[in-house]
Amino acid sequence: MVQLQEVTLDELKHLVSDRAIQGETMLLNMGPQHPSTHGVLRLMLELEGETVINCVPDIGFLHTGIEKNMEAKRYEQAEVMTDRLDYLNTVGNNLAYCLAVEKLVGLDVPPRAQVIRVILAELQRIASHLVWLGTQSLDLAAMSMFLYCFREREVILDILELVSGQRMMTTYIRPGGLWRDVPKEFYAAVEDFLAYFPARIEQYHGLLTKNPLFIDRTKGIGVISAEDAIAWGLTGPTLRGSGVDFDNRVARPYSGYEEYDFEVPTDTAGDVFARYICRMEEFTQSLRIIEQGLEKLKELEGAPVRSNNRKFVPPPRSELGTSMEALIHHFKLWTDGFDAPAEYVYMPVSSPRGELGVYLEGDGGNKPYRVHWRTPSFIHLQALPVLSEGLLVADLVAIIGSIDIVLGDSDR
Amino acid sequence: MNDKLQQAIQTVKARFEVEEHTFSDEHSLIILPKDLAAICQVLRDEFQFNMLSSLTAVDYWPEGEPRFHVVYQLYSIDDNITLRLRAAVPGDDPTVPTIEGLYPNANWHEREIWDMFGIEAEGHSDMRRILMPYDWEGHPLRKDYPLGYEEVQFTFNADEIDRKKPYVKE
Repeated sequence: MVQLQEVTLDELKHLVSDRAIQGETMLLNMGPQHPSTHGVLRLMLELEGETVINCVPDIGFLHTGIEKNMEAKRYEQAEVMTDRLDYLNTVGNNLAYCLAVEKLVGLDVPPRAQVIRVILAELQRIASHLVWLGTQSLDLAAMSMFLYCFREREVILDILELVSGQRMMTTYIRPGGLWRDVPKEFYAAVEDFLAYFPARIEQYHGLLTKNPLFIDRTKGIGVISAEDAIAWGLTGPTLRGSGVDFDNRVARPYSGYEEYDFEVPTDTAGDVFARYICRMEEFTQSLRIIEQGLEKLKELEGAPVRSNNRKFVPPPRSELGTSMEALIHHFKLWTDGFDAPAEYVYMPVSSPRGELGVYLEGDGGNKPYRVHWRTPSFIHLQALPVLSEGLLVADLVAIIGSIDIVLGDSDR
Repeated sequence: MNDKLQQAIQTVKARFEVEEHTFSDEHSLIILPKDLAAICQVLRDEFQFNMLSSLTAVDYWPEGEPRFHVVYQLYSIDDNITLRLRAAVPGDDPTVPTIEGLYPNANWHEREIWDMFGIEAEGHSDMRRILMPYDWEGHPLRKDYPLGYEEVQFTFNADEIDRKKPYVKE
């Protein structure tokens, strides 16, 4: 039988002040099962009254060993696990992984596939921000926002289901292109969403942006300067709220983002409200990108959505009956996969939360030798003690919401 | 290649013992662990590599010598350039100097490579496991750590597996 060991807290003593050890301040455990920690996050809080003196995040409750598992799967099999990392940004995770594989093996992607990738990634960004907005508002006691946001998110998940057959775990983007072309109904579904969503954004602004209760809870809370934010590695809206104009879609464009006309919203206050404004503005910008994407998509009607490089991408089903070569490629790719060189690449993309980076290393074989996910949630959580020092427990809840963490993303 | 990146690589090459590696327009410098902190200092202060994007490790067991590479992905927001450092760490003494004084977000990353690879960051302020439970044994992302399936017992290895798992027969 497994022996239970006696545990002392000696090895945690260096994390708290001497006053905590003498009993002058209180140590309080927040989470892992706490509705405001957005998942299974545990925080050890050192409190004086209600003021947070120190906050020690404890993560790993959702560790699933995905990086280890991916080493045991072939390149195309391992992609299925990428959906499970950040479950609010499944399309974005697929995209990051596929771009890394394509970079490693030097695979081209047809323009139509790139446009569909961008449209879906932006729809996913809106869906992810909707969950953020709903839960952030719920934490700050605006219950109805949560219901509205999830209603709108459902429309996006329906679109994802339309194209891939799955609401969340899509695995629709594949190395070298897409699983298949979008169905005809896709255009109407996205156009409906584009027509209907701007009014909803207005409604959210009406409910929150000038709401004195919301402003009281968010303005001047969790302030971080631009230098500190960069030093702590914050990215995405969390960094842009501090006035740094940085987005991987602009700085290191991928999937043809350089061809789209959009702005990267920034704010200078660096507080919870500034981060809120940045994300709210991103709704509008994502809609602009999707609108332009739809135009491009209509021009590229009938164009291929998968690379023609048969050494990496299986041939279409229709060719199998007539072409011996296609049959051989089909068999080879579905039984043995493809080999990648013994090299390493790092592929950063802009996920809704910030910079999502895939470090991918091959060893010449058909399985990744090492995959590392640089996940924004992991890095943002690390800055939580800096953001929350000296504030109240109630403010801590607002800050956790504002850095937009997903524990599946941080624990991997 | 960007001029500033070229300049940074030349400077580091002139001052330290490094080996350059380029693939797909990404530049890596393979360095000695003892130079790590000094090189990071030069890159951060003289070339404005102000963000540590990513920090991870790779295990080359059993062939590799040195066994590990610790991979540092540095990024400069102002100039939009990336440089990767790879510290080659031997398997019998897996330590790297900590860089949390230069990049505060290295703290959790270094805890992660300790947790997952058993590579210790010397001088780290809080060397604990981060993702695995605190009483976990072994370092899961090492290549000699099995994926966790049940080993099948045959006549040639039955005794060995019995020895490893005495609780099965209790």
